[in-house]
Formats: sequence, structure tokens, C-alpha cells
Amino acid sequence: MTQPSTVGTDSVLPRMPLLTALEVLRDVRRDEIVVTTMGSAREWPKLSQHPLDFQFLPSAMGHSPMLGLGLALAQPQREVIAFNGDGGMLMGLSSLVSIVASGAKNLTVIVLDNGLYEVTGGQATAGVAARCDFTGMAVAAGFPSVSRYDGLDVWRAAAGKLLQQPGPRFVQLRIAPVGAEYHLPAPTPIVDRIAKFRAALGVK
Amino acid sequence: MFTGQQIAASFAELGVTHVVYLPDSTLGTWEAEFSRSTQFELVRVCREGEAWVVAAGLHLGGQRPIVVIQSTGLFESGDALRNVLYDLKLPLWSLIGYRSYLLPNSTDSAKRFCEPILKAWDLDYALIERPDQLPQIVGHLRACAEQGKPGVVLFAEGKG
Repeated sequence: MTQPSTVGTDSVLPRMPLLTALEVLRDVRRDEIVVTTMGSAREWPKLSQHPLDFQFLPSAMGHSPMLGLGLALAQPQREVIAFNGDGGMLMGLSSLVSIVASGAKNLTVIVLDNGLYEVTGGQATAGVAARCDFTGMAVAAGFPSVSRYDGLDVWRAAAGKLLQQPGPRFVQLRIAPVGAEYHLPAPTPIVDRIAKFRAALGVK
Repeated sequence: MFTGQQIAASFAELGVTHVVYLPDSTLGTWEAEFSRSTQFELVRVCREGEAWVVAAGLHLGGQRPIVVIQSTGLFESGDALRNVLYDLKLPLWSLIGYRSYLLPNSTDSAKRFCEPILKAWDLDYALIERPDQLPQIVGHLRACAEQGKPGVVLFAEGKG
């Protein structure tokens, strides 16, 4: 049986520019821990050099929600925001269940969904052809707060209230590919990054 | 070989704060004691690869976790293990059930590959195969921590 093409349908839906979508969060961010990886680790440092930013590099595709969970359990007095790509999320869908099972309330997973494996050059994920519904899966996993934003106006209006919703929270941001700018930067030495991050957390 | 109470006491002696865990039929017999513990929290994951990264976040956040999984889960964990033990250089602890080790005639492929995999990852492990080795759990993991490297307790399984 021939399946209907989903790529054409998907491509006409709105997508936000990645950097602008991240700026919205940067503008409302206070003292939350922010974990970035893959594309977000490339873009977020252009906007933020906060001591509680943790650039999860090199090569940690799909692992960000679990690192965020560990931090959330370790630091229950802080909020943790963990960025993930849609390709990374597809690699670790079971992490949604583990997060809910843990009982952690202070974690927000934000999936930057561009429908592509961007850092490898823009190949389509299987999620596009499957018409994968990330928010539906988050609801099914038991996340009490789940939202999806396709446009900047609605995302901008909602971002400031995001952390007032019951946690853990799941957010899908539909973002546009960045084109030829996909290469990840060489990260600074991990030992230095970890030392600064732990110092900012007050961990010896 | 050991009761959950003995393992939980060893973890408490090490100052473990979180047991990040996916059971097998041996490790699962300790679960009731793990759940009752007031010394540490039990964190259940769906895939063993998740366990290492949750433990990494706990460690970065100032806690002292231990990953408790079966050897088949070690095989599943490769990329996460590479990431947190080698890229992030975190000296995490783990207790790994060595499936079928105590069954001399077993052709279980999990038995065949367990130690070669640990050696390939250059992980310092202590094989616990007799009841009198209980103190080695604390001793080995503490020694690895003092050297700032990951430590593995490889726990022989296969008999009641």
C-alpha cells in the first residue's frame, strides 16, 4: 500500500528561526540550569554565557534529557531546562517515561524540531515520514504539561509562564533548519567546563 | 550470594546517594531493600544507556550515584558510557551483574563477551564470585574513587 507523503504537508506548516526561538527563552530565563547539545549547543552560547549553562559536548546526541534528569534530582531546589533535537529525542523516547517515573518536577525538556539530522548535513529523520507526534508521546508518557509552538508570537506569549506549569514539562518548538551553518564548534576543554559549572552550582 | 541488605549496607558505607537501576533476576532480588533504604534513592530507568547519563547529571550536581545493571545492559550502554566516562571524564561507580558466570557449561553469549567488553572500555573492575568477597565491593569502588577513575563491581550471577 502506498503511504501518503508527509514531507510536503509538513513543509507548509510554520517553523521559527532557531536563534530567534532561543532568544525568547533567553529573555525569560533567570537562574535555571540550561543543558544544550547538538544544534542548541551551537546556537545557545551565541546568546548566553550564563554560569549555569552546560554545553553537553562533544557527541552526546540524545543524552540531554537524561543529564537534565540527573541534575534535576541532584539539585531539586533548581529548575533544569534540557534542550534536545528531534533526532535525539527519537533515539531516546524511553527517557520520557524515565523522567516521569523519577518523580522529578523541576525539569523541562524542550525539543527543537526541524525534522532533520542537522549536524550531519540535513538528512530527514524517520519521524517526518512517520508523522511522529512528539507531544502525543509526551502526554502518553505521563508529562503533566505538554505544549507545542509553531510560531514566534505564540511562543513568545507563552514562554514567560512556562515554568509556572506543573513539572516535568515537555515543549516542542518547530524550528527551521539553519542551512549551511550546521557545523558544531569545537568545545572548550571539558574539565574546565565541568569545573566552572560545578562551582556555579556550589558543588565541590 | 548476597542479600539486598548486605548490598544496601555496602552502598551506604560508600555514601551512595542514588542507585540508578534496571533489574535482572538476580539484582531484582535486592529491590525491596533498595526501595526501603533511607540512605539512598532508587532511580528506575527504561534502558541501561540512560542510567549512565542520569548518573552523570547526579554526579555533576554533587551527588554520589551508582549504576546497577546487568551485563547485557552494559552492551546496550556503549555510547552513553563512552560519553560520560571518557568525554566527560566522570569517575562513576557501577555494579554490573555478570550473567551466567556461575554456570560452567553455559553457552550464553552474554557470558562470553562481558569481560572482553569491560577490557575494551579500559574499565577497572573487580570480579565478585564468592560470598567472602563482599568487602571488596566497598574496597574496590573506594580505591577507584581515590584514583579519580570509574570503578566497576562485576557481580557473578547464575545460581541462587
